[in-house]
This record gives sequence, structure tokens and C-alpha cells, in this order.
Amino acid sequence: MLELREILETNRMIGENRLDVRTITLGISLRGCARESGPALCRAIYDKITTTARNLVRVGEEIEATFGVPIVHKRISVTPISMVAESSGLASYVPVAEAMDRAAREVGVNFIGGFSARAEKRLAESDRILIASLPEALAATEIVCSSVNIGSTKAGINMDAVREMGRTVKKTAELTAERDAIGCAKLVVFCNAVEDNPFMAGAFHGIGEGDLAVNVGVSGPGVVKHALEAVRGQPLDEVAETVKRTAFKITRVGQLVAREAARRLGAPMGIIDLSLAPTPAIGDSVAHILEEMGLEKCGGPGTTAALALLNDAVKKGGLMAAQHVGGLSGAFIPVSEDAGMIDAAASGALSLEKLEAMTCVCSVGLDMIAIPGSTSAETIAAIIADEAAIGMINAKTTAVRVIPVPGKEVGDSVAFGGLLGHCPIMRVNPTRADAFIARGGRIPAPVRSLTN
Amino acid sequence: MKIVVTIIGQDRVGIVARAAALLAERRVNILDINQNIVHGFFNMVLIAEMAEAGGGLRGVQEAFREMGTEMGLDIKVQHEDIFLAMHKV
Repeated sequence: MLELREILETNRMIGENRLDVRTITLGISLRGCARESGPALCRAIYDKITTTARNLVRVGEEIEATFGVPIVHKRISVTPISMVAESSGLASYVPVAEAMDRAAREVGVNFIGGFSARAEKRLAESDRILIASLPEALAATEIVCSSVNIGSTKAGINMDAVREMGRTVKKTAELTAERDAIGCAKLVVFCNAVEDNPFMAGAFHGIGEGDLAVNVGVSGPGVVKHALEAVRGQPLDEVAETVKRTAFKITRVGQLVAREAARRLGAPMGIIDLSLAPTPAIGDSVAHILEEMGLEKCGGPGTTAALALLNDAVKKGGLMAAQHVGGLSGAFIPVSEDAGMIDAAASGALSLEKLEAMTCVCSVGLDMIAIPGSTSAETIAAIIADEAAIGMINAKTTAVRVIPVPGKEVGDSVAFGGLLGHCPIMRVNPTRADAFIARGGRIPAPVRSLTN
Repeated sequence: MKIVVTIIGQDRVGIVARAAALLAERRVNILDINQNIVHGFFNMVLIAEMAEAGGGLRGVQEAFREMGTEMGLDIKVQHEDIFLAMHKV
């Protein structure tokens, strides 16, 4: 029989500490939608999404009511469009993004991911078309998310694609300038992209997946912070143990929701993403967990070590609680979406360079960082290359989602609204890498790719 | 299926009676009740069996929502699996 304290603890986590299931993401294969004309392709994609995902939001809301735990997002990921649209004859994939946008609105989800390309070795013609379509597609649609994979541990880094993505980020910012470059918040450049990620903007339904998959992302930075308040001053072994125990509990809820969602949707359960995903709300910050460990401010000396401990303990605790673990699985450090990160950036304690170091030991990469609108395409490409190098050498996923806000400089701030949050414009090192980026070509796969 | 009903709020006459009557009307069988008063605040956790119940979980939740609004109480009605998942391996 359940004990009173267990029931109260769960409801305190949900009520006071903002425990939630961050997302149920339904992965849908669009491999069967390939058509030899643009209009036929767009119609097939619209029909597939609207029929397959018609119950997703209702099922999510029912599960939320049954268990009394918030399920913040219901979302869709699809097969990378550069593959699906390849034989359509379209010279621009903007109509495909618009079809995705219409379909996703029709079923009521708040984001759809997969307007994506994989180009870690070379750019195929379809990848070029997709990348060229990106600025307009992201400006013309509201809830379509995009990702481009430009490197991997196995393939090295495609520096031609990196250069192209530097320009694409800039152009996307310009086309959505009147909304503080919001288009860039929907665009992620990956190294070692994963095929079962439920989180946006980087979710897509990988080519090795089946027809459908229910992937669930858990969350709960506030729960971890609260648990650590009980072990103040104790050795870090105790901190790690506490994080593990808490992550286990959080993940069990994710597993329950994933199993139930898969059953009700009649789709196979995919993975649980063991992530600590912050929101701008007070009490939902990863930075505040690091500060609870004893740092004056996130971004100061000690931050990388504290984050390494947190990230590893979250995985260890969550691993045993989930049937299948996948996605990005780790602590997220999006600057504009985390109240503690925003404070740290505004106070000067957190720099772009420190964030880069932090990405060596946690999930993903440079995320939701607003930079001066005057930052050049080459500098953005060089930032992408640095981040990809970390991913390639360490065999982990890294990503860049930076937002060069037109007309804004260091000292200004920007507000994206909702869960995308707000943040100060961060300083970018002014020295140039133009000649490095102009070389193009490929950075060869590292020695550690030769594992066979 | 078992449900967990959690009621928190200012203490007053008739909270337990109303909750018990509401469940009895819907043939929901009470298995366990834990109740106390802390600093004038009423706390109750009740576990009940829905096997013979009519109207389903939504119906019970709706009835408790009305009771909570009328009596100024915070009431949650949840499937027990969320607690079992978190606390029982």
C-alpha cells in the first residue's frame, strides 16, 4: 500500500517543484509520402500527418488528467524532408514547410520538427535545396522546426555545410528581423544528431525508425534543486546520490506516461529522453541547481565540474527507470529559457566561451543564445565548427542554436516570449575566422571513429 | 483501478462526509483514509477502488472539482499508478 508521505511527495514535486512531462513527441515516418510532383507531395504529407496524429493532443490531455501530471507539449517529428522531397522536382521546399505547418496546426500540436537534412559528409542536391529554402520557410511558417546535421564522429565535419549554415542563420535572422530573429530559434545545427530526439527544435524521425514512435522527454530541474537543498554542505558524493535518486523518480513518471501514450495512440513506444529541461519560470532552472551545489553564479569557476556531476548523475538515475533511453538525455543549458542562465549572462558571469566548455560535459550545445546582429556569417560558421569539433571528438551530440538579432548589440536584450524566454545579447569574440571558413572542404573523421 | 484523492484546505464541518457520500453515490469503494489537521489546515489522502464504479475517472474528477469550488478546497483525483511508478520498484 502507498504511504502518505509518498503521495504527498509526488504531489509536492508536481505542485511546488514544477515536475512535468515536457513533451510527448509522435514520430511519423513520411517515407511513403514521396511523390514525383510538389503538390502531390505536399498533399500526401498533409494527409499523413493529419490522419496519423489526429488523436495526439486529446490523448495527451487525457493522460494529464488521469495522473494529475502536466504534459506541457504534444509535438510531432517527421522523416527529414530532404529525403522525402528528393524526387518531387521542387526547386524550393518552402511549400513543404507550409504543408507541415498547416497539418500541425490542424491537429493542434505546438511544434513539428523534421524540416531537416543530414549532410555530415557531403551535401546532396536535395540537402542544398532544403538549406536554401530554410530562411523563407522559417519566416513563412510558425511552428515548423528545422535541423541540419553537419558532422559526426564517423564522418568528420562537412565544412562546406558549416559555411552554408553560417549564411543561413544570418539570412533567417534578417527575414524574421521584425520579430527579433525568431526564425533562428527554430533552427538547430547538429553534430552527431540523434534520430529519436523528442525535444525541439532538433526533433526529427530518423530513417532507421519504424512507421511511428512515441518518444517522451521528462523534465524537473525544480525537483532536483529542491532535493539538493536537503544535503547542503555535504560532500559531492551525497549530491550525486541525491540527483540519481531524484532522476530515477522523475523518469519513472516519464516511463509511465510514455507507455500509456503508446497504448492509447496504438503506436510503439520509442524512447525516454532523460533530460533536465529548464523553463524561464522561477524554480525551473538548471543554473540554479549548479548554484545550489555551491557556486556563487553559474558560469564562474567550478561550473563545468558541477555540470559534469549533474549530467552524469541524471543519466545514472534515469537509466534504470526507463525501458529504452535515447534522445539527447542530459542537462540542457539553453540561455534564454533558464532564469538562472539569464541572470548569469546579464551579470557577466556567464560567457559564450564558458558555455562552450560546459557543452563538453552536458547534453547538446550552445542553445538559445542571442548574439549581436552584426556578427558575420563566417563567425557564426566558426562557432558552429568549434561546437561540432567538440561533438565529433567526444562522440556526443552537440548543436548550435544562436540568434544574431538584427539591430541589437551587447547591452541590449531580447524577448522571444513563452518558453523561448528572454536574454541579454552576449558578447562574441571579435577576432575573425573568415579565411578558415572560406577554405571549405571536410575535416576528416577522427581516429576514434575507427572502432571496428 | 485504484484512485488517490488528496484534499487540502481550511478545516470546516462536513468535508469527510461530503467526500464519502460523493464516492458512495458513484459506487467507489474507500480502501484507506489518512486525515489530520495541521495549523487549522485540513489534509486528507484517500485511496479508493473504482472496480464497481459508474461514470469513470472523469466523472469522479468532475464531481470533486465542484465540491472543491463550493467548499474552497484544493482537491486532486489521480490514478494510483503515478505514485506506484515513482515509489514502488
